[in-house]
Amino acid sequence: MQTGPFNEIGTHHMSWLSKVRNSLSSLAKRDTPDNLWMKCPSCSQMLFAKDFEANLSVCPHCQHHGRIGAEARFDLLLDAGYTVLSTPKVPENPLGFRDTKKYSDRLRAARASNPYPDALTNALGTIEGMKAVLGVQDFKFMGGSMGMAVGEAFVAGVERAIAEKCGYVICTAAGGARMQEGILSLMQMPKTTVATRRLAAAGLPYIVILTDPTTGGVTASYAMLGDVQIAEPGALIGFAGQRVIQDTIREKLPDGFQRAEYLYDHGMVDMVVHRKDLKTTLATLLGYLNRKEVA
Amino acid sequence: MTSFLDFEKPIAELEARIAELRATADGSDLDIGAEIAKLEKKSAAMLTGTYAKLSPWQKTQVARHPQRPHFVDYIRLAFNDFVPLGGDRLYGEDAAIIGGLAKLDGRKIMVIGHEKGQDTASRIKHNFGMAKPEGYRKAIRLMEMASKFGLPVVTLVDTAGAFPGVEAEERGQAEAIARSTEACLGLQVPMVAAIVGEGGSGGAVAIASANRVLMLEHSVYSVISPEGASSILWRTPDKAADAATAMKVTAQDLLDLAVIDGIVPEPVGGAHRDPAGTARALADALGRELAALDGKDTAEIVRQREERFLAIGAL
Repeated sequence: MQTGPFNEIGTHHMSWLSKVRNSLSSLAKRDTPDNLWMKCPSCSQMLFAKDFEANLSVCPHCQHHGRIGAEARFDLLLDAGYTVLSTPKVPENPLGFRDTKKYSDRLRAARASNPYPDALTNALGTIEGMKAVLGVQDFKFMGGSMGMAVGEAFVAGVERAIAEKCGYVICTAAGGARMQEGILSLMQMPKTTVATRRLAAAGLPYIVILTDPTTGGVTASYAMLGDVQIAEPGALIGFAGQRVIQDTIREKLPDGFQRAEYLYDHGMVDMVVHRKDLKTTLATLLGYLNRKEVA
Repeated sequence: MTSFLDFEKPIAELEARIAELRATADGSDLDIGAEIAKLEKKSAAMLTGTYAKLSPWQKTQVARHPQRPHFVDYIRLAFNDFVPLGGDRLYGEDAAIIGGLAKLDGRKIMVIGHEKGQDTASRIKHNFGMAKPEGYRKAIRLMEMASKFGLPVVTLVDTAGAFPGVEAEERGQAEAIARSTEACLGLQVPMVAAIVGEGGSGGAVAIASANRVLMLEHSVYSVISPEGASSILWRTPDKAADAATAMKVTAQDLLDLAVIDGIVPEPVGGAHRDPAGTARALADALGRELAALDGKDTAEIVRQREERFLAIGAL
């Protein structure tokens, strides 16, 4: 057994990130300064931003799990040396949609401030030596919303897992479907479900890690179809939005409603797992579910 | 008596004038038959003209018309020998989704669909067509039964969306919808879905992931209601009409986008002006789609359904 996945990942994360950042002076400036304070959104304790990040974006006082992006997830869950898979291209703004802004402008803005071209990115790598494809939805990219690019990336990730004869692990995070793609976003629900059925037919494990927040059409499709369902502590997970439910029932929502622990109590997830334990949990599960050792 | 929608006001006024003239004519020896005939012709032309160019938002209103035929009407008018089957065997019976064995022009099928209710009492009973997890789990049970006995599945979709409530979340609304979609895709028999009113988001997809998907001419199908899109994307409740246009919710738009396979024509003035005629057209269209899937082997049926959805969004 190696040292806790924690330290090792922390090192890996720092080494390549700092390498990239040091080579780009403009990015280096954006590195979190040592003296930057932040307030935990849950317990309001003041934290050093550096400490928070070093602690996997989990508050050391209340264990609130902050939202993290695809790069941080890959570093957290995969062994060093993974490969980020290219995101499949899909038609851009197929409906020519505009609300107060053009959808194509919103997409451009999201791409300018995010490392990957849409909200779901896959990487091929190993988890404690076992091969797996890991997909991560990034809430920072238009709320992680599921449009054609997310659906197509999900299908591509699963297809790659089938080709590699390994499991597919997805970290979900989404406000729901991408409304700017109208019905085409809705159709990603059956589309992604075709993929999970094919993975199941191939006898390969499908593990879902529900992270904060996972709601709407994403929850009502691939996020609820895992062989094993894992949730991060405190993650908001549900179908309908809380405001919509509040407007329907016109009474106070129960304590902890739609939180990971509430889903566990209602039989909707297998386990609630602290971020620091996710990797070993995945490794244990894959060890049981993989039909033969693949490395 | 037909209730008129806001945009039908000029037609409503004309119809009222015709009724008035009729009443006058009845009690007198004035011959105003010619005048009435002229007005009736004008009213019919106005109705035809209005319905020929309904906006997406107007179609949304027609799709939600309180007198629009629903599942129970189609069961009566388009199917025979219906045997309703109740319950999900897990929690309860949800009247927002009705299903059972039926015959469509002699063909034995499993029919499943949303029912919104016709009046206050039945709307409450059917929860306005907004199903809870037990409704979707009943649909799954019936689809699996159909698969087992080789009965094709026909679904009639008409919901504003799955029920957004505490008990629905508690019992796994998202999981129930996901599993129901999965059940559609796994069917070893042909499945044809028809959107007959509102195809509201995940609550519709759960029973509409079929080999062939049809829409009635003035039905709508969307990822979120135009009102919902207006409040989220425009941050005002007043942009529902713009949202309906921008999201492309009409049968005509969705046929262009290849999301649906065909449009079932409605009588002039919408399905509610002639439920029997609409039911006949619907039965004919469903029968044609099922006939086209006859004789295909199971693997081909499953693959065609999978490819249909995989193609959406691929370059």
